Amino acid sequence: MKHEWPLWEVFIRGQHGLSHRHVGSLHAPDAEMAVKNARDVYTRRNEGVSIWVVEARHITATSPSDKGPMFEPSESKVYRHPTFFDIPDDVGAM
Amino acid sequence: MYAQMVKSTGEGVKSREEMSPEEAVFQDRIDADVKIEPKDWMPEGYRKTLIRQIGQHAHSEIVGQLPEGNWITRAPTLERKAILLAKVQDEAGHGLYLYCAAETLGVTRDDLTEQLLSGKMKYSSIFNYPTLTWADIGAVGWLVDGAAIMNQVPLQRTSFGPYSRAMIRICKEESFHQRQGYDIMMKMAKGTEAQKRMAQDALNRFWYPSLMMFGPSDKDSVHSAQSLAWKIKIDTNDELRQKFVDQTVPQAEYLGLTVPDENLKWNEEKGGYDFSEPDWAEFFDVVKGNGPCNKDRLEARIKAWDEGAWVRDGLLAHAEKRAARKVAAE
Ligand SMILES: [Fe+2]
Ligand SMILES: [Fe+2]
Repeated sequence: MKHEWPLWEVFIRGQHGLSHRHVGSLHAPDAEMAVKNARDVYTRRNEGVSIWVVEARHITATSPSDKGPMFEPSESKVYRHPTFFDIPDDVGAM
Repeated sequence: MYAQMVKSTGEGVKSREEMSPEEAVFQDRIDADVKIEPKDWMPEGYRKTLIRQIGQHAHSEIVGQLPEGNWITRAPTLERKAILLAKVQDEAGHGLYLYCAAETLGVTRDDLTEQLLSGKMKYSSIFNYPTLTWADIGAVGWLVDGAAIMNQVPLQRTSFGPYSRAMIRICKEESFHQRQGYDIMMKMAKGTEAQKRMAQDALNRFWYPSLMMFGPSDKDSVHSAQSLAWKIKIDTNDELRQKFVDQTVPQAEYLGLTVPDENLKWNEEKGGYDFSEPDWAEFFDVVKGNGPCNKDRLEARIKAWDEGAWVRDGLLAHAEKRAARKVAAE
C-alpha cells in the first residue's frame, strides 16, 4: 500500500486578538491528527491560542494570471480612501 | 552547507538576448526583489534547482537529528536532557517546514523521502561524523548550528516565497541552538582538566568538518553563478566560510581553546583571518558515502521509514473508514 497522508494548511491565531494567519502546511491522516501535528510543528514557542486546519484541496485560490482583471479595478477608485476628500481644518477632528 | 554543491542547469547564466520573453520578465522580478510564488511561471531549471536545494536542506535537518539524538538519554542533567530534546525536536520541525516548501514545487513528500533513502539525494556531509563525547554536543550546537545560521540568515531573502518564509521561521529558532551549544562549551572549558581536554578534542574534530559545510570554493562554478542570478544562493561558499571563521575564532579564544590550524592568522589588510582549507579529498570521500557514519545514518532512516509503514497505513485506513461511515450516516 502506498499513498500519502493528505496535505493540510495551518492557520494560527496569535496571542493578541488577531485574525488567524496562514503559517504553513503539514501532512496528516485526518483533521484531528492535523490539529495535533500543527500544535507540535507550529506552536512550540507559544505562537498561538487557536489553530485552524483545512485540507489543502478544499482551498480555492486566484491564479497569478488573473491578477490584472482581479485587482486592477480597485486601483482607479481613489475616492474609497479618506485622504481623497479635503476637509478644512476648521471643521475639527473627522 | 546544509545544501552543498547543488547542481543547477549547468549551462551558465543566460544573457538578456538569450532569454525568452517569459524568462526576461521572470528575471526582472527577481532583480527587483519580488518574491516568486508556487503558481507563478518559472523556468524549469529554477524549479528543479530549488527542489534539489530545499530537499537536500530538509534531509539535512532530519538526518541531523541523529548525531544529537545519540546523547539525549545520556545528557549529564535532567535540564540538559530537556534542552537537547527541545533542540532536536526543533530540527524535526525545520525538516518539515522545508519539505512543505519543496512540495509547493510539485514534488511529493514520498518522492523526496525515497530519494534520500536510495542515496540519490544527499544531506550535509557534517552529519556523517560521530558525536563521541558530551562536549561534541556543545561543539555541534556552537559550530554546526553556527555555520548553518551563517548560511540561513541570507537565505531569508531568497527569491522563492515559501523557501524564504521557511528560512525566516528557522532562523528565529536557530540562535537558541547555537547558544545552548556554546553554553555547554563554556561549562566544559571552565571545568576540570579532563573536561577542558574533552572540549578541546571536540573542537579539534569538528573544526574542519564545519568549514566543509560551506562546500568547496564555487567562485568558478556555473551552477553557483546561475543560483546566484536566481537568488537561490545569496553569497559564495568562500564568503560564508570567511565570515564563519572571523566570527568563530574570537569565541574559541574566549573559551581558552585553540583552533587546530597553525596557519590561522589575522590579516589586517583584508580585515579577516587567513586560515587553512579543510582536506577536500576527505570531503569528497564523505559525500561519496565513505565517511565514518554514512552507513549508520542511512540505515537509521531506512529502519525508521520501514518500521513506521504500518503506522502510516493504519492511521490512513482508520481515517478513510471513519470518513466513509460519516458519509453513510448522512
Ligand atoms: Fe535546523
Ligand atoms: Fe539547529
